[in-house]
Amino acid sequence: MNEQLAFTIEVFANGLMAGVLYALVALGFVLIYKASGIFNYAQGVMALFAAMTLVGIQNGQVPFVHLINAIFGTEIHGFGWTVPSFVAIILTVFVMIGLAWAVQRFVFRHLVGQEPIILFMATIGLAYFLEGVADLMWGSELKTLTVCATESVCLPQGMNMWLETTTYEAMGYGFFIDNLDIVASIIAALLVAGLVMFAQYTKQGRAMRAVADDHQAALSVGVSLNFIWILVWSLAGFVALVAGIMWGAKSGVQFSLSLIALKALPVLMLGGFTSIPGAIVGGLIIGVGEKMFEFLIGAPFLGGATENWFAYMLALVFLVFRPQGLFGEKIIERV
Amino acid sequence: MKDNVDSYVTKDGRTIGPVVMEMKNITLRFGGVEAIKDISFDIREGEIRAIIGPNGAGKSSMLNVISGFYVPQDGEVWYRGAPRPAMKPFQVAQQGIARTFQNIALFEGMSVLDNVMTGRLTHMKSGLMSQMLWRGAAEKEEIENREVAERIIDFLEIQAIRKTPVSRLSYGLKKRVELARALAAEPSLLLLDEPMAGMNVEEKEDMSRFILDVNDEFGTTIALIEHDMGVVMDLSDRVVVMDYGKKIGDGTPHEVRNNQEVIDAYLGVAHD
Repeated sequence: MNEQLAFTIEVFANGLMAGVLYALVALGFVLIYKASGIFNYAQGVMALFAAMTLVGIQNGQVPFVHLINAIFGTEIHGFGWTVPSFVAIILTVFVMIGLAWAVQRFVFRHLVGQEPIILFMATIGLAYFLEGVADLMWGSELKTLTVCATESVCLPQGMNMWLETTTYEAMGYGFFIDNLDIVASIIAALLVAGLVMFAQYTKQGRAMRAVADDHQAALSVGVSLNFIWILVWSLAGFVALVAGIMWGAKSGVQFSLSLIALKALPVLMLGGFTSIPGAIVGGLIIGVGEKMFEFLIGAPFLGGATENWFAYMLALVFLVFRPQGLFGEKIIERV
Repeated sequence: MKDNVDSYVTKDGRTIGPVVMEMKNITLRFGGVEAIKDISFDIREGEIRAIIGPNGAGKSSMLNVISGFYVPQDGEVWYRGAPRPAMKPFQVAQQGIARTFQNIALFEGMSVLDNVMTGRLTHMKSGLMSQMLWRGAAEKEEIENREVAERIIDFLEIQAIRKTPVSRLSYGLKKRVELARALAAEPSLLLLDEPMAGMNVEEKEDMSRFILDVNDEFGTTIALIEHDMGVVMDLSDRVVVMDYGKKIGDGTPHEVRNNQEVIDAYLGVAHD
């Protein structure tokens, strides 16, 4: 088999994997935007905050340790225990739900009915505030996130080795796909399936769709807007946690993690701001597109590093020809 | 008025039940403007109660007070014999008070059936997990709710459009879908804000028939706002007349029609 072709397929597969992560971040945006019309600039920081909280809990760090030591003159370094990943993830989910409540209670409850630009500004404020809190709470040094303490807990390491050897024997070229990427894809698929089922088949999901469509009408059928908003911020927090774990496990938990929010923007323009499937498909297209473009055109002809701008260029093309995105609702005003 | 009689029979042989809702000295202000000035009236079980008055009389504001969208500065709302604490609109809806809106508030992105199903939200109880896994109680509940929704869709004769997205419907049909959604909640009190505004004669006749049928068949208590005097006289058991935020008449259509103040308000006598 042609080695060039095999390599292309591998690039394609890696693009899909990267796309899954973009899609996860975009998903968080879509959830909040759909239900409340708020473009949540803080989604990336929420992923960072979630990942830092997870690592902090896992390592038995004391929250606000520097602050406590500075005020009380103590010399605390940590609880001195480590928490199993599973327990730490559950605790982090509770922290994210608490965050959702606090954001709704102290910020957006006071901004009901304001212009979208004001809500957007509030999320920018929230992003910087949260970044500061994350720093103060867990410290700013780079942390490594290991969700699978022992490989057998997650996916057996043998799987990708098996894939590599069998493809090598069959085609003379061994495919390599990172274990973590496979886990990420499976989790992302489960997450999306779960969210779609939630939105379609549950009372809360139906109420969420109602709120997304018309606030006044939702109130009149007995839906509490406040509850639904806390719910979507919690869901977005959960999605942020998953995204944070994936990115964190790949490249360490550091403050640049908050910048993945910027990569989600072109994904949203492609998929449409209000579509859950759109976020997924958009993410995959951007992921594959930028890897393939770099491999086929960027590296040989344009001197490389096209991955930095390809996504934005694609988004620009979409803005011109299909502003509502692939799956977004076309806005038709009756005259 | 037969004030403290529990129920009575009208001249047409309609049985009117005891008082379910009572507005006591309601005053509502927007800044310096008094939209409602010290108004009291009651709504009895099983009746069709109309609120009429010229534009800007405060009719919609009154409906919004009943449904919790506005909170009055003064006065009390009594529901089922007890004063109602300040409530959010969704809590009022959960108490069994459904409403429609003057300028239609439907879920435009959903189909007719989905819209009607949202009316069942207050009746859905099963837990999140069982709903997601679509098992047992949740499935049974979904089927029951679906049956209620389908029955109401049949009742209002909108079977043909049940899968159509609401945004594609005509104005008259949207009004009907909104009524269907309110009915799906099986409300004990149904509030209709100008159910016939902007309709042609034929649509108005249809809507009048539906309102009477709803009242007849389900025994639903209805409070409605309407401009068209002819329609109000035909439909309602009792009428409250408002003008400039004040109550100027209250009684049967016949009593109200012969009330000098009401005649003045409608024929436009200069206010002092």
